[in-house]
Amino acid sequence: MSMHSFKDGWFRIKALIIKEILAVWRDKKSRIVLIAPPLIQLIIFSHAATLDVINISLGIYNQDNGWYSHELIQRVKGSPYFKYIYEFKNPADVKRAIDTQDVILSLQFQPHFSRLIASGQTAPLQIVLDGRKSNASQIVMGYINSILQTFNTDVLKYKGVQVPEPIEIAYRSFFNPNIDYIYYTVPCIVAILSMVLALMVTAMSVSRERENGTFDQLLVSPLQPWQILIGKMLPAMIISIGESTLLMIAALILFDVPFKGSIVSLYISMIVFLFSMVGVGLFISSISQTQQQSILGTFVFMTPTMLLSGYATPIENMPHWLQPFTNLLPIKHFFIIIKGIFLKNMPAAEVFMHTWPMALIALFTLSLAGWMFKKRME
Amino acid sequence: MERPALDRISVSIRSGMITGLVGPDGAGKTTLIRLMAGLLLPTKGQISILGLNTEKDAERLHEITGYMPQKFGLYEDLTVLENLDLYADLHDLSEEEKTVEFERMLKFTTLKPFIHRLAGNLSGGMKQKLGLACSLLGHPKVLLLDEPSVGVDPLSRRELWKMVQELADQGITIVWSTSYLDEADKCHDVLLLNEGALLFHGSPKELSKRVEGRVFQLEVPLEKRRMLLKDVLNHPETTDAIIQGNRIHLVSTSSFSVDLKGFQWTSIPPRFEDAFVDILGGSPKGESVLAKHISQKTSEGQHPIQAEHLTKRFGNFIAARNISFSIGRGEVFGLLGPNGAGKSTIFKMLCGLLQPTEGKALVSGFDLKTASSEARSRIGYMAQKFSLYGALSVQENLNFFSGIYGLQGTFRQRKMDHMITIFDLSPYLESNADLLPLGYKQRLALACAVMHEPDVLFLDEPTSGVDPITRREFWNHINEMAEKGVTIMVTTHFMEEAEYCDRIALIYQGINIAAGTPDHLIESVKTKDLPYPTLEDAFITLIEEINGQEKEKGRA
Amino acid sequence: MKSSFSFRRFWAYFKKEEKQILRDPSTFLIAFILPLLMIFIYGYGVSLDADKIPLGLLLEDTSPTARSLENAFLGTPYFNVTTSTHRSSIEDELTAGRLRGIVTIPLNFSQNFLRNVKTPLQVLLDGSEPNTARFVLNYAQGVVSNWNAQQKIEGKSFFTSPIRAEPRTWFNEELKSRDVLLPGSIAIIMTLIGTLLTALVVAREWERGTMEVMMSTPIQIREMLFAKLIPYFFLGLGSMTLCVSLSILLFNVPFRGSYLVLLLATSIFLLASLGLGLFISSTTRNQFVASQISIMTGFLPAFMLSGFIFEIPSMPQSIQALTYLFPARYFVTILQTSFLSGTIWELVLPSMAFMLIIAFFFLSLTALKMVKRLD
Repeated sequence: MSMHSFKDGWFRIKALIIKEILAVWRDKKSRIVLIAPPLIQLIIFSHAATLDVINISLGIYNQDNGWYSHELIQRVKGSPYFKYIYEFKNPADVKRAIDTQDVILSLQFQPHFSRLIASGQTAPLQIVLDGRKSNASQIVMGYINSILQTFNTDVLKYKGVQVPEPIEIAYRSFFNPNIDYIYYTVPCIVAILSMVLALMVTAMSVSRERENGTFDQLLVSPLQPWQILIGKMLPAMIISIGESTLLMIAALILFDVPFKGSIVSLYISMIVFLFSMVGVGLFISSISQTQQQSILGTFVFMTPTMLLSGYATPIENMPHWLQPFTNLLPIKHFFIIIKGIFLKNMPAAEVFMHTWPMALIALFTLSLAGWMFKKRME
Repeated sequence: MERPALDRISVSIRSGMITGLVGPDGAGKTTLIRLMAGLLLPTKGQISILGLNTEKDAERLHEITGYMPQKFGLYEDLTVLENLDLYADLHDLSEEEKTVEFERMLKFTTLKPFIHRLAGNLSGGMKQKLGLACSLLGHPKVLLLDEPSVGVDPLSRRELWKMVQELADQGITIVWSTSYLDEADKCHDVLLLNEGALLFHGSPKELSKRVEGRVFQLEVPLEKRRMLLKDVLNHPETTDAIIQGNRIHLVSTSSFSVDLKGFQWTSIPPRFEDAFVDILGGSPKGESVLAKHISQKTSEGQHPIQAEHLTKRFGNFIAARNISFSIGRGEVFGLLGPNGAGKSTIFKMLCGLLQPTEGKALVSGFDLKTASSEARSRIGYMAQKFSLYGALSVQENLNFFSGIYGLQGTFRQRKMDHMITIFDLSPYLESNADLLPLGYKQRLALACAVMHEPDVLFLDEPTSGVDPITRREFWNHINEMAEKGVTIMVTTHFMEEAEYCDRIALIYQGINIAAGTPDHLIESVKTKDLPYPTLEDAFITLIEEINGQEKEKGRA
Repeated sequence: MKSSFSFRRFWAYFKKEEKQILRDPSTFLIAFILPLLMIFIYGYGVSLDADKIPLGLLLEDTSPTARSLENAFLGTPYFNVTTSTHRSSIEDELTAGRLRGIVTIPLNFSQNFLRNVKTPLQVLLDGSEPNTARFVLNYAQGVVSNWNAQQKIEGKSFFTSPIRAEPRTWFNEELKSRDVLLPGSIAIIMTLIGTLLTALVVAREWERGTMEVMMSTPIQIREMLFAKLIPYFFLGLGSMTLCVSLSILLFNVPFRGSYLVLLLATSIFLLASLGLGLFISSTTRNQFVASQISIMTGFLPAFMLSGFIFEIPSMPQSIQALTYLFPARYFVTILQTSFLSGTIWELVLPSMAFMLIIAFFFLSLTALKMVKRLD
């Protein structure tokens, strides 16, 4: 291609890009839709989407009047995790409270609890957990276990029993010293919202032009199909990069989240990630007849992607046969990168390890979109 | 404060009559009809229809009125029959009534062969007819029609008119908004609106009287007519002038037009349109600044558009069959035909939007479907429906189209400046294209189509729904571009528009059934019963001949 | 003066709606294919239950005592242990995310232990995965306290532990997260059908101009609303039946409640969702905007604010208050309870009441807002 025709081609694509961006930006409603909801969602969901278990409601049914049960209850009350503590008088109350989810667990001290301990025997502590909250129950049980362990040792020491000093765990959490959930949700939500917007911007872009009849105008113009495709792709990229930048700035201002890694690595991988999403969006757009179909098609892509991305449920928990397939989801890789860069100062080599699969997927989705695009034009 | 859409209109409409609602774009016709249908409430004042107030008795009003909006929304994923069924049920028609009504509607709409086709797959005109049929179901006492005949072919328009006439004879009151003034001429009464004000209310004949004795016609040589028209239009005593085949039709300011241009003018009876243009201040002058800025096309290759044995099949259906013609440089070529006859298919194959199944479509010697972008940069295209970017401003649309056609630097700026001056777009530069008045949308669309000085211009029903004055201005530009050597291909249902064409091809059932100059076509249908046929008569007769032949064959 | 409800007009509009649903492949996609996908993913794939978490064990001490602790870690089903003796290489693995935690058994571990000197066991966690980090910590604690107890038994001083925890889990004995997530996901699917789909189809009628014609026919707003509600209502119920049967038959999720109660609750929830969808479409006539609002007020809250995955009590107070406004919160509660614990009226009745209030609110708002006019 000669220099002249290259410059000429670029000039035409530039006109397409400006048009595309103006079409989104000039309309007040779509401008609002692009800015306000993502920010609101960032704020609300970053706080809401937590698997932390705090503010726990706990019930106690104490049939024992001794010192040991009293002391243990004080320790539970002193724990920062338990916020509401209800005392029950009979088993029916326990049942009702668990049933109605007023409490997630209930501790039950039997009548001779303190006496058994005092006499050197083992006293059972009955604990009822609500299985409808499977995740929370397990975590709460962990809290209780660690309280019990210390209590046990202290009791033995108090009674003068020669106990071997038990092994205790001293943990140190890398990248997130207090195991704060918000460190995890904020970068992830930024990635999710970037994905949603990149998909939405592109998925409707062709079907809308088809419905409005402007697509014919493009087809009779001197533009080549690949120019139209690039003219759809680049503006979507520009808008999405802008959106992601906005979200990241907001995340850093609004939340106390570190940013440790290299901004250059982040942007390179983000661009690759967004290209892969734009490819998917354009593909959906080119197979849809109407805007409605584009929107619903986006959902059919987005929902399973979210579920398998490892965001709410770790990929390690999935069955082995399924795990390799998650590598096909660009957002899985981007989650690793964005968290790595925000929290860990992930080295460039590691970033690259997760960028090339995304690049491969981007290449695939974009060529698929291009192929479909050309096919639909004939 | 902005001008109100309608300003203190007081009028009573006679029952059992057809009242035409006319006026230039933006006059407030649609607002008035929506007010009557109870879909909008008046800011001040009130409307009552057969004693029912549109605000308080809306519910009963909807039982006795039929309403057809400009863009009738059909359910595109339902079939023709299912659409009819839905409206019949909504209007509580009994089963017997349904059978009778459907039969009648399907006959008039000629949709009978398509009853099981999805409405979305009908051609534009067929959709319009189905929409009308749907709003006629349920024996309305008052029928409110907002431009029902836009995009409908002359044959169906005639049928439509007959039907409405019958309804009027049964005592139904009809309000009919239209930009076809020959239709208005046939109405009992007309309401003429301009800028929200009522200019005239009375019988069309009464309005026509104002130009009586001032209407003339003149036979001119075919090749000189466009030059002559320009001269006539520039004459200070000319109110209005248009081309009708090989005649010029003139309305002058006085009855002393005999010596105008030194030609021998014959006085003829006035038409409603003449009076309409007159009352609105006359037609625009004949100069087209646009053409001044277009360089003369040199005559490389004599036939910029060639169709060679074009055939298009959609499955078993043959939309176009073996179409061949070639169009010379500077020629205005019209593609006419009833709705669904295949003219859009042919048009789309020529401008590269559809791939022919067989045959070739060549523009300036190139096959557009496979040609380089350079070949496509030589054509201009204006779609039937306004299809520029509505969310973009006028300036941004100009920027965009000049950009994709590769205009650059100062040349680009100069071109855009010309377009802005020529089409008087400067007051609207910053407004969204969607919010422009229809006439300006039309101008902007033309500006975007010709900015890059195409050799060939494709116009798909360019002035449907546009008022006569804007249409004249539009054709002034087209005429002069043709004089400069631009080749123009146009599809239309407007016979007035067809009269401007040098040659016409009449398409029916995918076949080119007749071709020639407008006068040639008119001449071919002249009989004793029809000594002075119009182009519309020619259109209808030629099509009915084919239908007749088919019946013969069917019998044999 | 109101004329009476015409069943015929209602039926005509209803039939139209039904045909449109049946003919548009995208409706089918949302109502049946997407639910199938979700059910399969929750059934076969996704789970919150961590097992085989990749854990590094840094062995600086190789004495028999240290080895016995190592064996304790190797013996649990929760961890997939990689033992190493080089600190630097193993820490890189943690940074790369290939290990979720590192347990270090320090150099003088056994010496200190045998001398009864307090010996902390250092656990390094990957805080970028907080939930997994919590699990690693909890499980490690479990392993160590078991080991401690064993040492005490094997050691010289023979004594009994004062308190023995006897946890019992009600409703979901094995704490299988699948049995919780599958019922919860039904709420999300119902929201998509109820809110997104309805909002889109009404906005489409405005965009295509069919609504303008409808406004001028004798059809009444309530006839139109009912005719829009009912087909999507049944579409929702159909999709619901599919989800519930698959969950029970294919994935063996127990169902301990009453089908009748579930049907009733689903109906009320669908009314609330449909009400929201209709309300959205009565405020915007543009499909793009309608879809965005439905996602914001329907889909995402159903996912994030319903307690389906994320615990509501753990959220900040202000956001907890917000969750009361979304019907999905109540529906998720009813679903999880109906599947796992049976009908608990104290829980079901108030939840239904709240959903009913929301449904009533949106439906009446829509009926008030929709007038047969264009402005």
